[in-house]
Amino acid sequence: MSTSTIHDIGYRHYGGRRNGRAYVLRSLYTHNLRAAYGLGRPARAKIMPFLLGAIMLLPAAGSVAAFAFTKEPDALIDYSAYANLMQVIVAIFLATQAPVLASRELRFHVVPLYFSRPVGHLDFVLAKLGALATAMFALMAVPVTVLYAGGLVSKAPDPGRQLLDYLGGLAGCVLFAALLSAVGLVVAAWTPRRGFGVAAVIAVYMLSTGFVAVVQGIAEARTNFTLSGWIGLLSPFNLVEIAQVRLLGAEPTVPSVPSGVTPGLVALALIAAVVAGSIAVLYRRFRKAGLS
Amino acid sequence: MPIIATQGLTMRFPRVTALDDLSVAVEPGVVGLVGANGAGKSTLIKILLGLLPPTSGTATVLGLDIAREGLRIRESVGFMPEYECLPPDVSATEFVVHMARMCGLPPAAARERAADTLRHVGLYEERYRPIGGYSTGMRQRVKLAQALVHDPKLVFLDEPTNGLDPAGRDEMLDLIRRIGAEFGISVLVTSHLLGELERVCDHVVIIDGGRLLRSQAVEAYTAASGVLTVEVDEGRDVLGQHLFDQGVSVRPEGRFLIVDIAGETTYDLIRDGVADLGLRLIRMEQRRHHIEEVFQTAPPAPQAPAGTVQQGAPR
Repeated sequence: MSTSTIHDIGYRHYGGRRNGRAYVLRSLYTHNLRAAYGLGRPARAKIMPFLLGAIMLLPAAGSVAAFAFTKEPDALIDYSAYANLMQVIVAIFLATQAPVLASRELRFHVVPLYFSRPVGHLDFVLAKLGALATAMFALMAVPVTVLYAGGLVSKAPDPGRQLLDYLGGLAGCVLFAALLSAVGLVVAAWTPRRGFGVAAVIAVYMLSTGFVAVVQGIAEARTNFTLSGWIGLLSPFNLVEIAQVRLLGAEPTVPSVPSGVTPGLVALALIAAVVAGSIAVLYRRFRKAGLS
Repeated sequence: MPIIATQGLTMRFPRVTALDDLSVAVEPGVVGLVGANGAGKSTLIKILLGLLPPTSGTATVLGLDIAREGLRIRESVGFMPEYECLPPDVSATEFVVHMARMCGLPPAAARERAADTLRHVGLYEERYRPIGGYSTGMRQRVKLAQALVHDPKLVFLDEPTNGLDPAGRDEMLDLIRRIGAEFGISVLVTSHLLGELERVCDHVVIIDGGRLLRSQAVEAYTAASGVLTVEVDEGRDVLGQHLFDQGVSVRPEGRFLIVDIAGETTYDLIRDGVADLGLRLIRMEQRRHHIEEVFQTAPPAPQAPAGTVQQGAPR
């Protein structure tokens, strides 16, 4: 055809191995995880995730340094409080990266190419959710690990207690990652343009947080602390906080958390329901897109 | 064994009937699927991929039932959609490797096959650049590469020449012919341009409004039509009159004379006529049918009043 083909050795058939569903699912997960951090993409796709990752690390590093100098136990930030403390950065990461996973392939009509191959609809959704949750977990767990390692190196008191707190903190990060990814993907999957997706995720975060803060303010002014505590279930960060405080023994960082174990279990059930519901919604969304 | 066989395939959407009792079987090779826009071509492909359950009817692809063995069908076929389906921010290599892995190819094999396939479709150095900067022709090649990367037994190519300039169109048609002939992969290619398919296909299926209009080998469409085209340098009318006087059925058409072949003697009469009149004969050839004529004559004569029936409309 073209005169420049020197090495044309003709078409060769592929007789090698073809892996099954587990391999496809794993490849899909890895692909999405790389996409969440802009790997395999032009440099500008990497700026946001890595910049936010660096910002997440700053307070942890500062806290460790302060502790090393002053030996003041209070200088070390609580592991379980870290994600909540940095919630604005976490929310921005979610807002910029959820559309990368959820709406990019919808917008450019890549989805039908997956479903015309041996890729299942449920696997497709699970890989995306798992990848974003892993990316979010890494974002939060790395600074928490820096805190813990820094504390160990500079000999924080009571290492046994530190380890338990650290593991509790990581468990909290898992809850944050699962809940936020589920919400972020659903919101982003309904907004085909990336810019709108970013704005929509931020809006959901701001509205829920703002609404809860306002209701809590009013409830506390009227000394209705029960309502003030329970209404916290409606904002994602507050919801995980309730589960952390009541089930994992974390120190509360928000003004009011309902007392007793029940709110913790309710919070956990609510998180599970949101994740399951988002899987169902995403399943229908992508299935429909696969036929367009 | 037919690669694709459908029996009474019907697909009704709330407003339209995309396929209406379609029964057709095609053998391995390059098969053209022709129909106007909205004739049901893309719907048929989605059904054959096992993605869209038909309202009624059954079909098999590569001997596999679409209702029960959709997954196995999708393992051994490739699909090139009609629309844009490429993410702009990754390179062709990265994208095709990923699509190979989605078919279960191990990482090393996926990279090797992607490089091979991209070379076969004619993408060289540019395959390392993000797809966003590609021309339409290059995008079509990437779309074709992702459909072939896992070495399928059958590929569905939906309007592969759409949006290409004449040179790009020729190259794409050439590639399709090579896929069938050299690669040994069966092809189902759709188009609304019959002339294109006539050049690359072994077999052509024509559907109109979801119904089967005709399904036969290309030779059957383009068989000799029993008509001779005669071209002389000057004196077309003189020759025409001369032949007519000898009882030959002849009519002028442009610069040519169209002569019905009555038998071997027709050729002799023309030869002698040209010689007697001292004309210069430029050509004398058997006219072949074009697939397009199916659309001019085929709409199976709707029982219209005799006055409006047009037979063999002039081309």
